Parts: sequence; structure tokens; C-alpha cells
Amino acid sequence: MGGKINAAGRWVPDEINGKPVIPFQGVGKYIPKGRKAAPPIVSCANYPKDGNKVVKSLREALELCGLRDGMTITTHHHFRNGDKLANKLFDIIAEMGVKDLVWYPSAAFPCHEPIIKHLKSGVIHHIEGSLNGPLGEFCTYGGMRGQGVLRSHGGRYRAIQDGEVHVDIAVIAAPTADPFGNANALYGKSACGLLGFALADAQYADKVIIVTDNLVPFPCIPWQIHGNWVDYVVVMDDIGDPSKIVSGTTVITRSPARLLIAEYTARFIKEAGIMRDGFSFQAGAGGTSLAFIPYLKKYMKEAGVKARWVRGGSTKYLVELLEEGLTDYILDGQTFDLYGVRSMRDNPNHVWTSPFTSYNYHGKGNFASMVDVVVLGATEVDVNFNANVVTHSDGVLLHGIGGWQDCLFAKCTILAVPTFRDRVPVIVDRVTTLCGPAELIDVVITERGIAINPRREDLYEAVKGSGLPIRSIEELRDEAYRVCGGPPKPPEVDKDHVVAAIQWVDGTVIDVVYKKIK
Amino acid sequence: MEVAEVGRRGPDIRADCFVHLELKPSGGLDIELNSKVESMYGDSIRGLVTDMLKYFGIKNAYIYLEDYRAFPWVLMARIEAAIKKCLPDIELEYLPDMLPQNLYKKPRDTFRRTRLYVPGDQPRLIINCGLYKPDGIVLDLEDSVAPDHKFGARFMVRNALRAVDLMGAERMVRINQLPNGLDDLPYVVPHNLHTVLIPKCESGDQVRQVADRVDTLRKQHKIEDEIYLIPIIESAMGVLNAYEIASASPHVVALAVGLEDLTADIGAERTKEGTETLFARQQIVIAARAAGVQPLDTVYSDVEDYEGLRASVREAKRMGFEGKGCIHPLQIRVIHEEFMPTPEEVEKAHRIVEAMEEAKRKGLGVVALGTKMIDPPVVKRALRVLKLKELSEK
Repeated sequence: MGGKINAAGRWVPDEINGKPVIPFQGVGKYIPKGRKAAPPIVSCANYPKDGNKVVKSLREALELCGLRDGMTITTHHHFRNGDKLANKLFDIIAEMGVKDLVWYPSAAFPCHEPIIKHLKSGVIHHIEGSLNGPLGEFCTYGGMRGQGVLRSHGGRYRAIQDGEVHVDIAVIAAPTADPFGNANALYGKSACGLLGFALADAQYADKVIIVTDNLVPFPCIPWQIHGNWVDYVVVMDDIGDPSKIVSGTTVITRSPARLLIAEYTARFIKEAGIMRDGFSFQAGAGGTSLAFIPYLKKYMKEAGVKARWVRGGSTKYLVELLEEGLTDYILDGQTFDLYGVRSMRDNPNHVWTSPFTSYNYHGKGNFASMVDVVVLGATEVDVNFNANVVTHSDGVLLHGIGGWQDCLFAKCTILAVPTFRDRVPVIVDRVTTLCGPAELIDVVITERGIAINPRREDLYEAVKGSGLPIRSIEELRDEAYRVCGGPPKPPEVDKDHVVAAIQWVDGTVIDVVYKKIK
Repeated sequence: MEVAEVGRRGPDIRADCFVHLELKPSGGLDIELNSKVESMYGDSIRGLVTDMLKYFGIKNAYIYLEDYRAFPWVLMARIEAAIKKCLPDIELEYLPDMLPQNLYKKPRDTFRRTRLYVPGDQPRLIINCGLYKPDGIVLDLEDSVAPDHKFGARFMVRNALRAVDLMGAERMVRINQLPNGLDDLPYVVPHNLHTVLIPKCESGDQVRQVADRVDTLRKQHKIEDEIYLIPIIESAMGVLNAYEIASASPHVVALAVGLEDLTADIGAERTKEGTETLFARQQIVIAARAAGVQPLDTVYSDVEDYEGLRASVREAKRMGFEGKGCIHPLQIRVIHEEFMPTPEEVEKAHRIVEAMEEAKRKGLGVVALGTKMIDPPVVKRALRVLKLKELSEK
């Protein structure tokens, strides 16, 4: 298998799924030319004049869309672990006898374990999207025929926009829709917030199907998805369970050690002078990343400081900030709980965004780089400040990238992580899989101390003398190794068998995951 | 016993392990490992098991280890417990290295505002307990350890005293109620233990039994440092004998009260106001002060109610107690905040200390503040207030 070493020092193959690979060239170095993709020209002559695009079943819609072997099909993760559409969709496709599809979800969750049977039976050839839980394990041990391609939320939008991934049929679960295909996620029994992750698909796919469990007469207001992009509308009993958008990663941790990390994080933001009138921040999913918000809120109140805007994933904690006047706006890409859904529906200053506005690296700027400080998690961070978010040290794919890579462009990027998780070191010599390059990671905050990237002398100077426990990252690694009984042995892998590629936000490949032998 | 099982297993278990050991007449060693960290630490775990079996002279055995990402000192404790269940007469111990940072001392009058009780058989709770900066960490062998786990907990606590960084806290162990508690002592005394908590203490004689056993062990292990004792009063009899208990041994440094059991023992109903135990708590304060040791209050058991905790600390402080027990790390800060001397207390202490220094300079035998004479205990207390203020600001 041919390949080369990329600018991050990682080997990448020449091809993934038979398509040429562009190796990672460094942050901001790869600037492609050419024109973006465009959907086919269509005519109103071929669509019902009365605007009624409802067909009687998803199967009929798929047949009308011309579903055939080898196509790329997409679904979205607005319901997170409560999604019911993807499993039903592929069961129907299996019945239709169609094979070798590419599933290109905006994210997969443990609830998608039944997809494994379709990978085994040949209905799905491979998945390009996050490979979580059971799917991650299946892929890591070489169960998938094709190779996984993991992209960030911004990277997914970009790949569609750039024509790197052509979507044949997008199937969008919509908590409320009208017969024309206008849709939102604010109303209905399955209201889950917003549909931003389906935006690229709606704009660029050849065919778009809206599946709703709450069909309202035209017009469905507001319309986040325009009916003018939509081919067919299907009514289905149950598309998802919005109560399951809340999960372990979207509620505040109760672990005292994690709360200590959160408190250090908030204190760091205060002491570094980032918390000042008009500032902005973003908290990633993850119990620890979220937990710093109540601490920061306390400091903001004490100092009489207000934020201009904060970025969701919105939770109860951000909503309270908005409602108490501590921020002017929430710019929200995803609602992480039902407080978020309610607020987005009722409060005009709680605004939906999309991967296009927030994250798309091949755009004329995006919001992520304008954020003053972002707090994220990671599975591993190494002594060079490189970070991993998709595999653990055992080499098994476990998480998607989400918006994580896109967020690294914030003015100050903080990874809030424990030094070790039970016996698994988090601060290590070299990350198992590289997802985030060191030059974008500024601070690592653990329960045992705070390490500042030597590139950020300014931050170091700002917090010097604040009483925060500033330590070198090597000290943190040493402590992790001492507690865990030495450095972990790297996983035994088959270097000739790449099971998944990790893309950087610009579409280059930053690292790969190998088939695990043991 | 030829077969032993120790530890924990199940889907919710983390940082712990389960060991099944069968001694065999022949056939060599058969080690079966099922570990969540197989690819990272599998070889190292198998090496540890082999080394331990060899160390204890076991040549023929089947050992099954189900590992939920347990730390090395936890694996060692569980394996040793399994071996000693089978072979109780073995005196050898397989000890993890003592961390150099655990070899610190504590003065007998160290502040004991908070003592964090940590179940001695829960490695996940033990590993981080130093992070929360309590004045003392109580590795508990008594009420927080279920009867089935008492045996294993001794090895766990012993290994924790050596291998877990307790980050400067007073290193305390609560032994079991006597007489069983006496047999806990050999497991903990030799490992830079600072303080033994004696639960459900009812007489001076019980304190002396512990003190004698500790002294024997100190001699045996050539330990020069004093090991302090804190009896906990949890019964009507204990309350009546409080002074005798507090003065039973020169090693007693504090007297604590435990209200859960005491309330039951006196047949009272536990109320928020706590009037039913008012006498008992006052008696503890009086007895402790009379014996020249610190009075320490009970734990506050509602871990979600921080305002209630705050009020209870204020009350304890007013009554003369110098510390509270904690059952959750998040209680520590609240307690430290409430024990922080008020600005008025600090100011008064400064004035007293200045007056004392003034008197010294002038060579006066009597310290006076304005027209008032100041006795030595008042000066001593003022110095302690200033020290506490310094500590609170750290």
C-alpha cells in the first residue's frame, strides 16, 4: 500500500476507498482552487403545482428518488442517541434489495448498532461519519468492507460543498413539516431544536426526502429547511425520541474530580483576562466541558461582566445565562437538552446556526475562529499538545469528531481532561490517533494541574501569580504514568490495513486508524 | 480454604477487579486474565500475577482475574487478599512502593477542620481524595465497608497508604469497633499512619487497648513518630465516660462525636435543630477541653444541602468544636469557609498578640490589653486564630 508521511509526521495512504488522498500540509496551508459543487437543475414543471409532495411511504419515496446500488445516503443526528430514522431507513432499503451504499450521517450513536447487520449483509459498503460505540468497534476490528472517513461537522459541510462527497439522497427527519417540505425542529412531539446538520444535504443532494411525524398545513413557520429544496415528504409515526438528546456527554458531571477541572477552567478564563465585557465562549459536549459554565457564571456576576455571545450546543446552563442577561445571544448549532429547545423556540436571541455559518473552513470566514475561548474534551493529549478525540489508547474508534476540530480555531482553546481515566493515562507521550494539531491547542486543564502550550507565552504571563496550579505537561504525563503503572503499550495493529481516515477540516488526511489485531 | 473469591465484578464496576483463586495439588500456574486494558497493560498484569504467586510460594494454582481498569496497587491488594483467604497463615506481605511524597509528618495540634471519610474498599474514591485538600483523610475500615468486604479492605487501605498520594492531608484510618479493630492495626500502623480513629468508643480502657497495640507495633517496626488517637463517641455510655476517654492516653489528640448511632442509642428522634443531642455534644466539648484535646463534631449527612451544612458548621464553631466530618469532597470548602476566622476575630487576635509582644519587650510578667488582664490561654487561642487565618487563605 503506497503512502507518505504528512506534515504532522503521520503516515497516510495514497488512496482511501479508491479515491486519492491529500496528506495534511499544516494548518491553513492547503488552499484548493476550482468551483464548488452544485445540485442538478430542476423545473417546477416536474413538481406538483399545489405544493403537495406527500407520498405514502418512505419506500415509495426512495423508489421515486431512483435509489440504486452504490449510492450515497445521508441522515442526521438532531436526535443524537434518540434517532429512530436511520435504522428504519436501512431496514427498508434492505427489503428493497439495494446494496453497496455509502452511509454519510452527520453523526452516528450507540443507538445505531443495528446498522452493523446491514454492513455485514452488504446493504451498506461503508460509513463516512463518526464511528461511535459498537460501530466503532466493528470498524476497528476490520468488519467494514470499505474504509471509514471521519470528518468534523464543518468538514462534512465542506466535503459536500466542495464536491468531495456527492449526496444522492438525503433523508431528513423533521419534527414539523408541511406538505411542500418546509421544515423545522421547534414544534411537534419530537421537537429537538434545529436542523442545521442537514443544511448541506438539503442544498446539494440530488434528491431530498423529508420524514416527519408532525405534518402541518402549509406554511410551516419558521422554515429552517426550505421546501424548495425538497422532493418528497413522508409521514411516519415515530422519527426520534428528543428526550435522548440528553446523555452523559450533555449533562454536567457529578464527579468531584471533574468538577475540580471545571472550576480550574473557569478560574483560568477569569485570571487570563479572557472573561471581560463583550467576550464570547463555547463549551463542547462532555460533562466536564459543560461544568465550567456555572463557575464562570458566578465569576461573571461577581465582576459584573457580560458576554456578547456564546456558542451552543445549548443546555440549561447556557439558557440561564441568556435569561439572566449575562449574554446577549446564544448562537446555537445543536440543542443538548429540552431547555435549549424551548429557549430556541421562544427567545429571539437564541439563534440557530449551521455548520456553514459556524464551521465551514472553505467559506469566507466562520464563527468558530471568532470565539474568545472554547472548552473541549479529548481522549488523549500528548506532551507536544497534539490531541486525540476519536480513539482511546487501545486504538479502538469510540467517538466522532463532532465540531471539535472546527472549534480548535478559537482564540484560546482549552482541553479540560482528567490526567487519567481509571487506569488509562490521558496525558501521554504520543497520541494514538492525531485529530488536533498542537499549534491550535493552547491549554490543557486537569485535576492535577494546568499545562500551557509553550507557544502561548502570553497566557502563561497572564496567569502567573494567580495561584492556579500551573505545571509542565511532562509533569502531568509523569504523574499519569506513575498512577497507571507505566506508559500504556500501543495497540497491536495491522499496518497494511487502514480501517479509517481522519480528515482535517480542509479535507486533507491528518491520520489513519489501523485494523486492531489484539 | 482452597478456593477464594475477592473484589467486585459487574457492568458498573470501575478501577477495581475480581479475583478467583484455586490452589491445586499439581499442574503449575494457570492464569486467566479478562482485562479492559488488555492491549495496554495485559502483559504487565500477567507479570504482576506471576510475580505475586511466586513471592507467596504458590506453584500450582488457577487464578482468574477480571479487571475493570484497576490501578496496580488495587490489583495487588485484591490478589493478596485472595491468596491470604486461601493461606491465612502466610505472614509475608506484598507491598507497593511507598511514594516518597507520602513520607510527611503532622504535628499533634494540626488543624482538623475537615476529615474526609473515604470507604476503604472503594479505590475509585480513594485515588483522588487528596485533591480536595481536606485537613485529614480517613481511610475507613468501619461503617462504609460492607461485612463481605472487610477482609479485602485491609489490604486496599494498606496499599493506598503507600501508593496513593494523599497530598499533605493528615493520614487517618478508622479501624473497626473493638475487639476486631485491634486486628486492623498491623495492616495500617507501619505505613506512615498519622492517626487512628476509634469508633463507638465507650471507655478509657478501649483507648488504652488501642494505644498498647499501636505501641507494640511501633516497636516491632521501629517507628519513631507518635501515632495519634481520636476516639469517636457514639453511645450514651461513651458520652458519660467522655473525659475518661479523652484523657486515657497521651496519644489522644482529639475527641469526636458521631451522632447517627448516638441518636439511636439514646432512643431520640434526630431533628434538624439537634436539641436531642445538645447535651452530648456539649459534654464532648467540655471533656475534650478539660483533657486538652480538640473537640470534633459529627458529619453532616445531607450531601446536597450546602446551606444546611453551612448552618451546622456555624453552630459547631459557636459550641467550641474545631472540626466537622465530611462524607463528600464538595463539603470541604464550605466547612473551611465557615471555620475561617471573622475579620473581628482576626483583629482581636492581632491586638492580643501585639499586647503580648509589648509586654515581652517591656519585660512585664502580665499581659494587658487596655485595662484588661489577658491570661495565657487567651494568647494561645489568639495565635491559633492567626495561624488558622493563614491556612484559610492558602
